[in-house]
Amino acid sequence: MLFQKEQNHMKQLPRILMIIASLGLLTLFLFPMWRITLYAPQYPTGVTMYIHINKIGGDSPGTLQNVNILNHYVGMKPIIPEAIPELKFLPIVVITFVVLGLIIAFFNRPKLFLTWAILASVLSLLGIYDFYLWEYDYGHTLSPDAPMKFPGASFQPPLIGTKVILNFVAESFPHTGGILAGISIFLAYVAWFVGIKKYPKNEISNSSDNISAGDKLVHTNS
Amino acid sequence: MKKFELNINQAHFGLFAMAIIGVLLLFGCGNQTNPYTSGDSGALSSDVASKVYVAPGEHDEFYAFMSGGFSGQIAVHGLPSGRLFKVIPVFSVDGEKGYGFNEETKPLLETSHGFVPWDDSHHPELSQTNGETDGRWIFINGNNTPRIARVDLSVFETAQIIEIPNSGGNHSSPFTTENTEYVVAGTRFGVPYPQKDVPISSYAENFKGMLTYVSVTDEGYMDIAFQILLPAYDYDLAHSGKGNSHGWTFFTTYNTEEASTLMEVTASQNDKDYIAAVNWKKAEEYIKAGNFQEVPAKWANNVYDEHTHMATSTMNDKVKVLIPSECPGLVYFLPTPKSPHGVDVDPTGEYIVGNGKLSADLTVHSFTKMLKAIENKSYETEVAGVPVLKFDEVVAGVVQEAGLGPLHTEFDAKGNAYTSFFISSEVVKWKVGSWEVLDRAPSYYSIGHLMIPGGDSKKPQGKYLVAMNKITKDRYLPTGPELCHSAQLYDISGDKMQLLLDFPTMGEPHYAQGISADRIKPRQKKFYPIEENKHPFRAMGEKDSRVEREGNVVHVYMTTIRSHFAPDNIEGIKVGDKVYFHVTNLEQDWDVPHGFSIMGANNAELLIMGGQTETLLWEPKSEGVIPFYCTDFCSALHQEMQGYVRVSPRGSNIALSWSLGEDEAVQ
Repeated sequence: MLFQKEQNHMKQLPRILMIIASLGLLTLFLFPMWRITLYAPQYPTGVTMYIHINKIGGDSPGTLQNVNILNHYVGMKPIIPEAIPELKFLPIVVITFVVLGLIIAFFNRPKLFLTWAILASVLSLLGIYDFYLWEYDYGHTLSPDAPMKFPGASFQPPLIGTKVILNFVAESFPHTGGILAGISIFLAYVAWFVGIKKYPKNEISNSSDNISAGDKLVHTNS
Repeated sequence: MKKFELNINQAHFGLFAMAIIGVLLLFGCGNQTNPYTSGDSGALSSDVASKVYVAPGEHDEFYAFMSGGFSGQIAVHGLPSGRLFKVIPVFSVDGEKGYGFNEETKPLLETSHGFVPWDDSHHPELSQTNGETDGRWIFINGNNTPRIARVDLSVFETAQIIEIPNSGGNHSSPFTTENTEYVVAGTRFGVPYPQKDVPISSYAENFKGMLTYVSVTDEGYMDIAFQILLPAYDYDLAHSGKGNSHGWTFFTTYNTEEASTLMEVTASQNDKDYIAAVNWKKAEEYIKAGNFQEVPAKWANNVYDEHTHMATSTMNDKVKVLIPSECPGLVYFLPTPKSPHGVDVDPTGEYIVGNGKLSADLTVHSFTKMLKAIENKSYETEVAGVPVLKFDEVVAGVVQEAGLGPLHTEFDAKGNAYTSFFISSEVVKWKVGSWEVLDRAPSYYSIGHLMIPGGDSKKPQGKYLVAMNKITKDRYLPTGPELCHSAQLYDISGDKMQLLLDFPTMGEPHYAQGISADRIKPRQKKFYPIEENKHPFRAMGEKDSRVEREGNVVHVYMTTIRSHFAPDNIEGIKVGDKVYFHVTNLEQDWDVPHGFSIMGANNAELLIMGGQTETLLWEPKSEGVIPFYCTDFCSALHQEMQGYVRVSPRGSNIALSWSLGEDEAVQ
């Protein structure tokens, strides 16, 4: 009896992982996803922009204005967070994923965990590609009236890593929110993996009478 | 042969001897040497340079705030390098920063005598908490037109100036109490009380000496709490007690002779003058009990508001005065030899050092003995209701013949005291308690005050001593008849003082304060948040920039950001207009002020910090197109940061318009 109870308890592990994975995405609302820092001799501590799920901020309230002032010398257009639609719909996408993940956790089915994880991964990659497009746009769309012109030069910051742009060294890396969201998605894969590996398929679900063909497929494949 | 040789030798000897005498004569006539300076530059064993070397990009360990003396300002240096960082305008107008020229700071220099654009700033004093320097503010006295200023050390700007009424020269000031409850102000001149038209020869009869207590709130706001009416002595310097003696302030006096002419003789006759010991906690009780006179007195209180970026001047018309004869226990006189200058309380609060400037000795009083003498009523006599305590009953010890002309003493954290001797031009180190002289070091030349970081607080930070020298003569490259004053830095960490460095100073530093940099650095504001700007003529962004006319008064709401003015072209200004340029600097980054200057302005430039608004009045006198530009290098496009004002004749019908870039002129 006791052993049985413990086993039931253990069966909750994939579900718990999935709940953590879903809720983990909420850290995107607490921490920035990405950080871009510009270093130059006259900026000894660097100018750091933080890209959040819903806003673009910096290490001081004036950071964005200061970045825009720097950019205007070479004719880059100003970064105006209000004009970036992603900052409006990305929060909705993330909330949707959190809710979906929690529903899936309730059903506790490895196949659904995998589906969620793959979808989230694809969307993340699309997001990073979208970020790249924005960077490309800012770096290449230059005003013909720019006070300083550098033929052939682009001012696109790196996607990940560091890059020298004129007198600046630009650094671009995922930040706390982005990293935690990545870990969350990874946890969903773990939930799926633990689910199919450690427990026979008919013991996973709460409602054992409701096993789909997909689950069987996954099981046989592994 | 032999004899002949001898003769030749004799001849050689004679010539040789004559040559030597000639050389001696040459030296004797041309090259007199000063035994004090010959072969001794004041330096220095081998590796001193490294002790004052602050490598490029490194920070100094201490701030030093040196008074500007007759410049009226405060100079901010670093120690040990001696490098000058900033001159804070306090009592004197400063065209560089528009201080006293722009509309916002003019009220700071208002007094009951009207606008006073200069003063003689003497003694900087850092605010304290529990007797330790805390880095919030630095106070300084204006000696000529009696005032005290408070400088906010988060921005290094003057935040308030309060005028001291019933005073004639505010010298023994500001010298804070242990928790900056008060800063004090003792008059250096006896003056008629109240001021009136009387013969100068009626000094003893009509003149009085006033001590003033200025209260300071937690926000730094200064107000006159009360004044104490005393005989017309000259109140020279002061220090408040600490630890056990917290609650008391000690003021030195000279001219207890109450002379009023040929003072250098007549005011130096008494063997002993007094140190006035004021029990300010007792004063608070008398004030609370209503035991004071409220007398008419005109005095200005000028406060700068960091949100409106504007100072306002308020004129006050009365003050509370305590009369010692009606307030027993309020003031006692401690006889102290020979016109004492500095009065310095050791870090424990027990010893009160009187620096009798016309003697060779230092007289040290004991606070405990003073309390006992008061308890036993050991009075020598009484003057104007003030008991004079018996000298022998209060003196703790005498530092015998330590030097000539002791002026001022500070302390280290190891129980040692350091006194400047003006006449013998040296610093003397002595032991508190045993009164023995431990070491002496020459100063170049004629040291006035000296300073040890925290050296007049409960917790001296030691390590360095700065001597402030009045005379430099041959120490620096000459600059005509007027030479710089000089600071000298000594290492006092060892048993022997070691001279490390000379550096020139602004004006005439009468005193200085030092504080470890980490008490100030974390307080620094990098700019003013634009959203907190409450200036009535601010422009919150370029869209808010505009020009408005009210009769012949024109208000230009202008903004600056790298690197343009908005608007940068203005038309419709007429000869005879009063044009106010209200310039808001929209920058929100550290170290990006913009300047504003316009041709023919009869005042100065503006130097506007990020998030700040400042106003320059300009009155065009002839028609034309007048340029204006940014004076403070702001970016690679700084030289393009400029604009024009078109000035038309009086009565012209050119409409008021303004623009930036290719936009249509807005009307």
